[in-house]
Amino acid sequence: MRLQFEIALARAAGRLSRLAGRGGGTTIPGKILATLDPDAVGTLARRLPQGSALISATNGKTTTAAIVAEILGDRVRLAHNRAGANLVSGVASALLSAPDAELGLFEVDEGAFPDVAGRVRPQAVALGNLFRDQLDRYGELELVAERWRSALAELDPAAGVIVNADDPLLADISRGRANVVRFGLDDPRVARERLPHAADSKYCRICGAPYVYRAAYVGHLGDYACPNGHDRRPPLDVTASTIELNGLESVSFDLVSPEGTRRLSLALPGLYNVYNAVAAASLATALGASLDEVEAGFTTFRAAFGRFERIPAGDKTVLLLLIKNPAGANEVVRTIGVDGGPRLALLALNDNIADGRDVSWIWDVDFEPLAAGLDQLVVTGERAHELALRFKYGGVPPERIEVVPDLERALDRGLDLTASGDELVVLPTYTAMLALRRIAVDRGLVRPYWEEAA
Amino acid sequence: MKIVVGHLYPDYLNIYADRGNIAVLERRAAWRGIDFDYRTIGLGEPVRAGEHDLYYVGGGQDREQALIAPDLVSKGEVLREEVAQGAAFLAVCGGYQLLGRFYRNRSGAELPGIGLLPHHTIAGERRMIGDVLLECEVEPGDRRTLAGFENHAGRTYLDEGAAPLGRVLAGFGNNGDDGLEGSRVGGAIGTYLHGPLLPRNPWLADWLIAKALSRRLGETPELDELPDDFERSAQLVSAERARARGGRF
Repeated sequence: MRLQFEIALARAAGRLSRLAGRGGGTTIPGKILATLDPDAVGTLARRLPQGSALISATNGKTTTAAIVAEILGDRVRLAHNRAGANLVSGVASALLSAPDAELGLFEVDEGAFPDVAGRVRPQAVALGNLFRDQLDRYGELELVAERWRSALAELDPAAGVIVNADDPLLADISRGRANVVRFGLDDPRVARERLPHAADSKYCRICGAPYVYRAAYVGHLGDYACPNGHDRRPPLDVTASTIELNGLESVSFDLVSPEGTRRLSLALPGLYNVYNAVAAASLATALGASLDEVEAGFTTFRAAFGRFERIPAGDKTVLLLLIKNPAGANEVVRTIGVDGGPRLALLALNDNIADGRDVSWIWDVDFEPLAAGLDQLVVTGERAHELALRFKYGGVPPERIEVVPDLERALDRGLDLTASGDELVVLPTYTAMLALRRIAVDRGLVRPYWEEAA
Repeated sequence: MKIVVGHLYPDYLNIYADRGNIAVLERRAAWRGIDFDYRTIGLGEPVRAGEHDLYYVGGGQDREQALIAPDLVSKGEVLREEVAQGAAFLAVCGGYQLLGRFYRNRSGAELPGIGLLPHHTIAGERRMIGDVLLECEVEPGDRRTLAGFENHAGRTYLDEGAAPLGRVLAGFGNNGDDGLEGSRVGGAIGTYLHGPLLPRNPWLADWLIAKALSRRLGETPELDELPDDFERSAQLVSAERARARGGRF
């Protein structure tokens, strides 16, 4: 009885929050429930007839979960935190808003993963990657990995673990466990010539020697081996091979899995989304989807909001690409650079908790290929001047850099500088992305994300 | 005119945007017509006395610091002598800790430093994370502010009478207790401030360039002023952040 009352109270608060215009109200009910009764999340999750699946990673959680939802959505009713509220409270909110769900599908913040896994007791988890991100909030990568290792040890032994074996740290923490599906890429043609500046986890876990890469794909992810023979990428169960990157439009590849080989296409750009796609296909398969269902889901999938979103603005278009850490931003820069890169860009840097209060990460991004092609740059957000410095010292003459801290004015300035029929490339951090999207909603250009999520 | 810069272990210690500090030194030298001869010094590569005018060492995660610490110790004597001969040195975060005498971790084990700066560091329970604002007087009578970001578990204690880089106006500083931040001996500076440090505090970059030049030329040159509008604005915002939310767990 008590839980029923708490649930009703929490749901009412979410509706109030939306009515008050304070955003999607996606975390309010869960925060209230998690405060009233910390065990409620586990209690609700364990009522799900098909259990739960968790997805965690530094980059790609929201997209991976969205692809899985697209694959599974027709066959099971999901409780899914698709707006990206990925702490315990966000999981609680998703459970509250889907009382008749059969399966829980939750993306989980990498810091919150051990706690959420302990409460929810998932039947499957997918671990995508660990990159340096918000060191002021998460601490060092090794610490996050060690907490994940402990969390995996606490899982039900029958639980499936889907892990990106191209990440040496993740391959290591899943070693020796049963029911592991190891995925990765297998196509050296699309590999990078060398590791990016900010590569992490690039030294042998045993002897400290730098790994030798047969192929480095995204950040430190790739086909690695210790030169002294201590460690190497383990054999893969699921791979993407014969990868085609179709500019800003899509990727396609052969999914090679124990269930068979299938050519798949996805309307998302960039090699990093191939990793998300393989992770999603592997997890969906572990949850019972057939290759036909995987293919159908890929065909109808559209990007999660703000990750790669085209918003029409009169006779122009705004292309919104979230950036939040060096590894992710490097891939965004690489992806938009395929056709020579934009001549004009709008970058937005905030330093709220969700963005990371420490803005030093912008110096670890390889922005130089973008900077080299720019005629004009508009920088905005609470730390706009830091971006101005990043590009000034990255080689863009200061007179080509406009600092417009106010997001709405900066967006208008960017659109003014955009020719009719052209696209304005906008790279915002998380809270700047939410704010820019809100401006677009207020102008009637897009629907709010919590309506799209419905 | 030129300066030769030796960047120690850039493959291992690069976690808090250290290359931003290098980029600022390089551009500000170039804008004044000073050649910037940048060289990396890796594991096992010797440091030859008199070769470099300015050294840089950045921050890393514990694992990377432990990987390079023994090699740094083997270079300790020549690096101390270089500073005694007037070389400039900037050490940030993990690099700052390793320039002291030792770093004692939570289990009591000690990672040896090179004693180039008069301090030692002891790991604390909670990380000290946040924006920092310092008041510095590295040249007598010339007061300046430094704005940055700190993120360290180590508590660093200066020897009695040793010079800090600055006094903490907002933030934790060396250890959260004595109101001091960083350490300074001659042209060598160690600090926890990243952010990175030099883009929004260009006066310190210019001070290091001047020290490096004076080591090479035997006299301290006058450096031309540069237009630093973005830099000033960035420092103001960063300083506001430190006042509003620095120094809190």
